[in-house]
Amino acid sequence: MNRFYMMLGVLTLALGAMLVYLLRSNPSAPRAATQAPATVVDDGFRGNTLGSDSARVEIVEYVDFECPICASFAVVQMPTIKEQLIATGRVRWRFRDFPLSIHKYSRYAAHAAQCAGEQGKFLEMQDQLFYNHGWALTGKNPTGLFRDLAKAAGADVARYDACMASGRFASRIEFSVQEGLQRNVNGTPTFFVNGTELRSSRLPTSDDFKRLVDSLPARRK
Amino acid sequence: MRHRQTIAVLALVGWFVALYLGLHALGIGGELKCGTGGCDTVQTSRWAVLFGIPVAFYGVAGYTAILAVTLVGLQPAWLSRRGPSLLVAALGTGGALFSGWLTYLELFVIHAICRWCVASAVIIAAIWIVSLLGLRRRGDVGRGDVGPLPHIPTSPRI
Repeated sequence: MNRFYMMLGVLTLALGAMLVYLLRSNPSAPRAATQAPATVVDDGFRGNTLGSDSARVEIVEYVDFECPICASFAVVQMPTIKEQLIATGRVRWRFRDFPLSIHKYSRYAAHAAQCAGEQGKFLEMQDQLFYNHGWALTGKNPTGLFRDLAKAAGADVARYDACMASGRFASRIEFSVQEGLQRNVNGTPTFFVNGTELRSSRLPTSDDFKRLVDSLPARRK
Repeated sequence: MRHRQTIAVLALVGWFVALYLGLHALGIGGELKCGTGGCDTVQTSRWAVLFGIPVAFYGVAGYTAILAVTLVGLQPAWLSRRGPSLLVAALGTGGALFSGWLTYLELFVIHAICRWCVASAVIIAAIWIVSLLGLRRRGDVGRGDVGPLPHIPTSPRI
């Protein structure tokens, strides 16, 4: 019996030590950048764009950085869309944030992209986040990884860190979410073509967008 | 006795698991160590708080009760009594049902799995099973209710 109580005591100490280790070894991502702010302010920002301002067609994409379908779309379809529709001046692409609450670091990733965007590296950071999408599968705190990705995207890391710590763009991201909700966005990616939601039973491909854009001049001026 | 010792060990481990989740619910310790990434989803869902108290603390209370009853049941005066086994079985049944409901919510309502919650569910299920086995064990049944075995005098040797 005494041996049992001794074993129970040793187990208590071991579990206690493990608990302390767990509580101390995992610094959290800055709350300011991971949570929706209490108040939302419209700073006039309406998303980062890709393409000519004079393009006749504007496609708005509501994006969640942790969403695997968004990543797949960015990696598989977007290069062709850039080549066929954006580089040719036919389409302007606008990215809006719509981090889903079911994703742990989605809002944090959106903030990382905005912090890189502050330095003119939004699209580069977006590519980094989507092309290295393994972070979304691990569930691990991606603070260090995102810093590395920001560096790879060409951002100044010190400025990036300060931006992330301050949660400077949390309100901007939440404003985009609220905007999406008003437009009945309920998943990602969701596309609006010249203001009309693109409804499809499957993820649209670059060919779908090309056909759609080809058909638009006849319908819209 | 083995059953009660096993339950005490399981309850102790479960207590620490529940305490870790409870401390996280209070904002202590940062992000949960959770490989699936579902822990925060579960912990921040509307089901993570019941009657204003984080669900993890119901686990802390439950494991504390089970551990306390089991340790009392391991005292020499209580070893042969059935009461502690019955009480632990009742607590284990309640805990397993509650844990089953939480697991259902994770799978079909929240659509996210928290590994620590799964660990707790496995522990309470194990406690429940061991407590039932303890009840079924012949030596535990009835002895405490009828008192010590009667003394049978032996015939003096000739």
